[in-house]
Amino acid sequence: MKLSLTKVVNGCRLGKIKNLGKTGDRTMDVPGCLLYTKTGSAPHLTPHTLHNIHKVPAMAQLTLSSLAEHHEVLAEYKEGVGKFIGMPESLLYCSLHDPVSPCPAGYVTNKALQRSTIIGVIEGGDVMEERLRSARETAKRPVGGFLLDGFQGDPMTLETRLHLLSSVTAELPEDKPRLICSVSRPDEVLECIERGVDLFESFFPYQVTERGCALTFSFDYQPNPEETLLQQNGTQEEIKYVHQTKKIKTTGCNQEMTSFEINLKEKKYQGDFEPLVRGCSCYCCQNHTRAYIHHLLVTNELLAGVLLMMHNFEHYFGFFHSIREALKNDRLAQLKELIRRQAS
Amino acid sequence: MAAAASPSSMESAPRIMRLVAECSRSRARAGELRLPHGPVATPVFMPVGTQATMKGITAEQLDALGCRICLGNTYHLGLRPGPELIQKAHGLHGFMNWPHNLLTDSGGFQMVSLVSLSEVTEEGVRFRSPYDGEETLLSPERSVEIQNALGSDIIMQLDDVVSSTVTGPRVEEAMFRSIRWLDRCIAAHRRPDQQNLFAIIQGGLDAHLRATCLEEMTKRDVPGFAIGGLSGGESKNQFWRMVALSTARLPRDKPRYLMGVGYATDLVVCVALGCDMFDCVFPTRTARFGSALVPTGNLQLKKKQYEKDFRPIDPECACPTCQTHSRAFLHVLLHSDNTAALHHLTVHNIAYQLQLMSAVRASIVEKRFPDFVRHFMGTMYGDPTLCPTWATEALASVGITLA
Repeated sequence: MKLSLTKVVNGCRLGKIKNLGKTGDRTMDVPGCLLYTKTGSAPHLTPHTLHNIHKVPAMAQLTLSSLAEHHEVLAEYKEGVGKFIGMPESLLYCSLHDPVSPCPAGYVTNKALQRSTIIGVIEGGDVMEERLRSARETAKRPVGGFLLDGFQGDPMTLETRLHLLSSVTAELPEDKPRLICSVSRPDEVLECIERGVDLFESFFPYQVTERGCALTFSFDYQPNPEETLLQQNGTQEEIKYVHQTKKIKTTGCNQEMTSFEINLKEKKYQGDFEPLVRGCSCYCCQNHTRAYIHHLLVTNELLAGVLLMMHNFEHYFGFFHSIREALKNDRLAQLKELIRRQAS
Repeated sequence: MAAAASPSSMESAPRIMRLVAECSRSRARAGELRLPHGPVATPVFMPVGTQATMKGITAEQLDALGCRICLGNTYHLGLRPGPELIQKAHGLHGFMNWPHNLLTDSGGFQMVSLVSLSEVTEEGVRFRSPYDGEETLLSPERSVEIQNALGSDIIMQLDDVVSSTVTGPRVEEAMFRSIRWLDRCIAAHRRPDQQNLFAIIQGGLDAHLRATCLEEMTKRDVPGFAIGGLSGGESKNQFWRMVALSTARLPRDKPRYLMGVGYATDLVVCVALGCDMFDCVFPTRTARFGSALVPTGNLQLKKKQYEKDFRPIDPECACPTCQTHSRAFLHVLLHSDNTAALHHLTVHNIAYQLQLMSAVRASIVEKRFPDFVRHFMGTMYGDPTLCPTWATEALASVGITLA
């Protein structure tokens, strides 16, 4: 595995991780994200519905916490976890924890990992000295890349930790990818990219789905003027409404709704026959309306989760695509401003 | 044994069914329904998508499985989201974006399933909503009005439904009332050119009442007939006799829809008895409990015995689940909180039902239906002679012997 950078602009890295996969011929774009899975499957989605989504990342994230108890089965299966979960062609990254429901520390496995690249984890809490020590020492080891751990928390905590993050990435070799865990919100993603992070987990769209919401934030930093006006009018309304931050209790995701999304359970969507996001190319927006999603949520139908997950993943992967495009065209500042305006 | 002679229908009734083949022994038929949203091969199993959704699977997935007709429910959709909204969405087809056919039940069955929340009078059924306590009256006119707004290709009359375990004068009352309600539905139907109104034969488990109902209802000018009031708690022995009685007296050239069936064995037997259309929540519901349907019965995939079973659910099955996943993986996924597990099984179980019907149809067309039945029973029960007694008797009554 090797990271080759095309461009570095104000600390933001654009490039490709090469020589991935069993035959070493796969690549992955950075900045990028990993497909979030639960127990080896995208949440709510079968390969068929996953395949409906455009620009699905080349690499999926598995969580050891969901698969560790099945290691005997996997050992007997002999053909690898990729084939077992029905993703034989996918690149796989295995994290210790599930970012949505992290387990307490203490997971240890001694199983040998053949033909896998080891990622070194940078720890150190909020102590600069420890962070630097962790970075320097880990950088000396023959790891394929680095995981920046412990930067998660509420948006305010991240602010203070961003400073630490810059110092940490400064100590790391340029030609190895830097992954950060537990940071997935669009605004936070951009902050981290500016401080030398390459890869992210995509659990944020899953959390949005679980609270019955759909991502609607714009990442179109060069829209045509008429579209902007239309979008702005829509966004203004939504920002105003969401100003009272709502705590929506859902299974395992007791998170607040953000201003990047709309809540389809709200009565105002009952008769709204627009797609979730006008112009979105996802299966849900191409085939269904807000009114239909509202109905599915109100009646507790399983299809709500399926359709919302399809939209939210597509929207999120589209966001990452726009980050790469913006970097390529030296427009990241515009994109950052656009996202900043939409953050609550 | 030749198929029992059936009465000819009224000249003016629309013929939506074309018979393609008939079994020379039993009453089994293969045909094609010509419906506004396309042709449907029969015998057909119709999956149930009660609230404008086939549970966790998308319209595209359902289409890819070969489904060309599925069910919606008037009672549920009438409450949420309501007929006005659905009409604004260009009907139920537009609302759920389903390009093929839809059949809506009238809400009659809810009289049984929600019996504690309902009260039946000559006027209609008064329901108390479980959501807000509000009372609604579902009359024949109101049911047809809602179904006209939904725009389904086949609509069902509102019938007075009693549980098949009920005996006494209530059964007779319900049967005669169903005839009167049929006439009211016919009168109220605003879109006979776009929507096919089916009658529903009632009469419980009483042969005499059934016969009376059949005689009266077949005088009415409807495109198709359903056999209702069965598939409840009655014994299979009584069940098949009522089905056979009904098919003997229903017109040959109109579709026979047996409501609420069901299990694979029941489907095969009732095709032999002359039924063309079926619906049941069983395959999709049992999927959500982790049960996968197979030619030998079912696999309870949550059980430990599947932990290291790396075979697909059914190696002969062409569905996406069986093409990609093993029982072992599904076992793991079913024990997680990822709903994808349920969707995998829903896809498979619908595929199982549709593939079964396809196989049945092919055997009728190729004039080998009795052999198909014997092979089916052999696979399901280990030996044709181990087939349940009621099924053996039902098949024997139409000339198919299993031994």
